[in-house]
Amino acid sequence: MNAPTKPIEAFLEREYPAGFVTALEADALPKGLSEDVIRIISEKKGEPAWLLEWRLEAYRRWLTMTPPHWAQVSFPPIDYQDIVYYSAPKRKADAPKSLDEVDPELLRTYEKLGVPLHERARLAGVAVDAVFDSVSVATTFKKQLGEHGIIFCSFSEAVKEHPELVRQYLGTVVPQGDNFYAALNSAVFSDGSFVYIPKGVRCPMELSTYFRINARDTGQFERTLIIADEGATVSYLEGCTAPMRDENQLHAAVVELVALQGASIKYSTVQNWYPGDKDGKGGIYNFVTKRGDCRGARSHISWTQVETGSAITWKYPSVLLRGDDSVGEFYSVALTNHRQQADTGSKMIHMGRNTKSTIISKGISAGRGSNTFRGLVRVTPKAAGARNYTQCDSLLIGERCAAHTFPTIEVRHPSARVEHEATTSRIGEDQLFYAMQRGLTAEDAVSMIVSGFCKEVFKELPMEFAVEAQKLLGVSLEGSVG
Amino acid sequence: MLDIRNLHASVDGKPILRGLDLHVGTGEVHAIMGPNGSGKSTLAQVLAGRDSFTVEDGSVSWDGVDLLAMPTEERARAGLFLAFQYPVEIPGVSNAYFLKAAVNAVRRHRGEPEYDAMDFLKRVKAEMKTVGMREEFLYRSVNEGFSGGEKKRNEVLQMALLEPRLAILDETDSGLDIDALRTVADGVNRLRSPERSMIVITHYQRLLDYIVPDHVHVLSRGRIVRSGGRELAHELEERGYGWIDEAQATPAAQGAAS
Ligand SMILES: Nc1ncnc2c1ncn2[C@@H]1O[C@H](COP(=O)(O)OP(=O)(O)O)[C@@H](O)[C@H]1O
Ligand SMILES: [Mg+2]
Repeated sequence: MNAPTKPIEAFLEREYPAGFVTALEADALPKGLSEDVIRIISEKKGEPAWLLEWRLEAYRRWLTMTPPHWAQVSFPPIDYQDIVYYSAPKRKADAPKSLDEVDPELLRTYEKLGVPLHERARLAGVAVDAVFDSVSVATTFKKQLGEHGIIFCSFSEAVKEHPELVRQYLGTVVPQGDNFYAALNSAVFSDGSFVYIPKGVRCPMELSTYFRINARDTGQFERTLIIADEGATVSYLEGCTAPMRDENQLHAAVVELVALQGASIKYSTVQNWYPGDKDGKGGIYNFVTKRGDCRGARSHISWTQVETGSAITWKYPSVLLRGDDSVGEFYSVALTNHRQQADTGSKMIHMGRNTKSTIISKGISAGRGSNTFRGLVRVTPKAAGARNYTQCDSLLIGERCAAHTFPTIEVRHPSARVEHEATTSRIGEDQLFYAMQRGLTAEDAVSMIVSGFCKEVFKELPMEFAVEAQKLLGVSLEGSVG
Repeated sequence: MLDIRNLHASVDGKPILRGLDLHVGTGEVHAIMGPNGSGKSTLAQVLAGRDSFTVEDGSVSWDGVDLLAMPTEERARAGLFLAFQYPVEIPGVSNAYFLKAAVNAVRRHRGEPEYDAMDFLKRVKAEMKTVGMREEFLYRSVNEGFSGGEKKRNEVLQMALLEPRLAILDETDSGLDIDALRTVADGVNRLRSPERSMIVITHYQRLLDYIVPDHVHVLSRGRIVRSGGRELAHELEERGYGWIDEAQATPAAQGAAS
């Protein structure tokens, strides 16, 4: 065929709009990792002895581990001694007491990214925690949330202000030695967000964290912990960007969610880390462990992710369905363009009775992108009446991209009902020609088809962000039609 | 006025149109007939701007404008409509959404106000009645799971909505039962007007009992080899295409070699 995807390719050539660098003086450690580096990080953050011990224990475990090789991604081995493990924008005094004390250059950075931190210009009804390289620089709406007894602050602050909560829950969902990247994170994590919603409280606004990698050679290792106490409800969203650089940068985060009896947590991600250029140079390695624990009966955890960035994405947001009648959900759109690689999916572990889970995965591959869905549904011997529905759809744009699916189902209870559906389709030159013959541009046609494909996932996103996600998908696909 | 001169087009280096000439005056209806594989759909798609076909030589002027220099979607917005021989399925995109986007793209180009959802629904529902489509087809994905006849009706519906200046119908009749054929022909006849030109491609003369053309052309091996009035269609019906092919075999072979 005569270059059937010419319009697709022209469309997929795009610029990454969040690729600028902010000029700021940083307080950074030299490259390299050792027990001393961990001690310094812990000391800089004024941590209690038990937490330093916890980090060191993780580090010793990590030393005995090897990176996972089963994922459908390829990259040269990472030199873990060539990474900076701590970098923070330099501050005049100590931590800023209010937004007025935050470096205006930083505020401008977030404004440029479309995340105004000034409460006057804030996103309506959304509280934001902004994490810049290794530290949290600002959290908005703390006071209003405090009136409901809600704690929403940086992880470092939580360690200082609410050590008993941190100690009670940290590592109880993702243990230190869970996997190679989680162990690394446990040793060196720098900051992240902490949320606690007290019993019976419905959080009155969306909570969100905006992660930004700025400094060169720096890894970002954030740690997020969200606890919804009995009967509490919260919706949380994270967004991420990074400058355009030729080197790859490592992002190895851990997110732990705990839902107690009757609690509900909705966690949404719009991930737009720098994906690298069209030849695959640079970009973020996004190796993330996200897990929710439906610890109490009738609890509910829902993951929604729109993954358009990163050179490589390796993440499997999962739910442990311990409580009887608990519900786990995973809704995902993962897009890979140019040379991007994504190996993502979900694990649903049914332990309680009458537990239910849903996995809806939409993979879009364009250019030479590679997109892999990996799913595990496990029904343990005690999980009578467990039910799972998995739907896994792939959309290919052009002729050189790839999609793979690896579903695993392990059922150890005869009453379980597990359903799996999968489809693969391709945006063809004939579809584009048909739409263009009706007066639409190739871009309109692709975005129409892509939106239709992602509908089921987008409707799970909080309203304000569904629009953003749709736009982001449009930008990420620019240059995919040729 | 459409003026096609000495049009040569190929796909993957294989010549398909080999020096085609055709003149279609404003307000005229031209039928193009010809055996399978003679290049009828290729002609339609080259006119519509499909880039998998390469124009090797010749020119197409449309009301004085170089048609071949226009991007596909510009041709459509300027009023060129192709009813596809094989309408394409677009899963996940509702027919209503697709039609509204198309109609508004054309209206924007004409400087007309875009339809809002209400106006559009009113208009589209009225048109659907005339082409015999039930409302549920608005909410199904574009052509997905439509029967052959439903797809063709959907093409005529789009033509009615887009009000083209030049409509090309590529075997819109094939595979239709007599009722569907009548509905399609009615839809086309309703659109006949002194400002609108039409090229009706068909394999069978049956359609021409319902859509009476001003001129009939026979396409064989990439060229128009005979032109005439309605009676030519009947002659083809009686004698088949064989005699045309035989009569043309020698000159066409020479054309390809030169
Ligand atoms: N995309 C294509 N690739 C290769 N050959 C093609 C392609 N499209 C058409 N052809 C060839 O061109 C010739 C004319 O086809 P077509 O225009 O579809 O004929 P018709 O519509 O008159 O039946 C046929 O020999 C057909 O096989
Ligand atoms: Mg044909």
